[in-house]
Amino acid sequence: MADFDQELDASGLNCPLPILRAKKTLNAMSAGQVLHVIATDPGSVKDFDAFAKQTGNELMESKEEGGKFHFLIKKS
Amino acid sequence: MDQKKLAIIATKGSLDWAYPPFILASTAAALGYDTQIFFTFYGLQLLKKKLDLKVTPLGNPGMPMPGGMEKFMPVLVTALPFMEGIMTGMMKAKMKAKGVASIEELRELCQEAEVKLIACQMTVDLFDMNPSQFIDGIEFAGAAAFFEFAGESDICLYI
Repeated sequence: MADFDQELDASGLNCPLPILRAKKTLNAMSAGQVLHVIATDPGSVKDFDAFAKQTGNELMESKEEGGKFHFLIKKS
Repeated sequence: MDQKKLAIIATKGSLDWAYPPFILASTAAALGYDTQIFFTFYGLQLLKKKLDLKVTPLGNPGMPMPGGMEKFMPVLVTALPFMEGIMTGMMKAKMKAKGVASIEELRELCQEAEVKLIACQMTVDLFDMNPSQFIDGIEFAGAAAFFEFAGESDICLYI
């Protein structure tokens, strides 16, 4: 897993909390920083894809590991 | 990329109807939409400081129940005095167990995400409601004023 500046564990939280929490965390970060999000909601895969497309933040990585979903989002 | 606008008109005040406007609005706001919700008629219940939202199986044939009960539960049973209370309790417990946010939390997230919450002035007057019953940070306006935003919205939903 690539380096990240901050981690957000959204395990156990369901739609729309993972992206809402991610948005809040990203707001407090500087451009270029990377946020690592961990989620258990299967819907979050498509949600983060859409989130990246709509907000212009880059979704660097999206994968499933150990039963959880991991996302790396770079703030643009 | 121009900012998209989402307008929601919320007209219902029961627990099951409370989730869609707040979830859609908060998600849209997270995706960068400029969002406003116009609460009218029973939708005003969603703006009260102290939320006491209920859900009833009566008249809700589509409401799933544990064990597939909804398939054979007679309508008369759904009208029994304690059914509304039980169903509301079960729904709330389910939401908590599945990690879904409560209405209060979703509402707070909406306000944090700068979703504009607007109360229909006419309905407030109609039902003799006291403005102090509602949460802070909301606006009071009429339909015409809301149409200014709704008319330019990319998505307008009636809930």
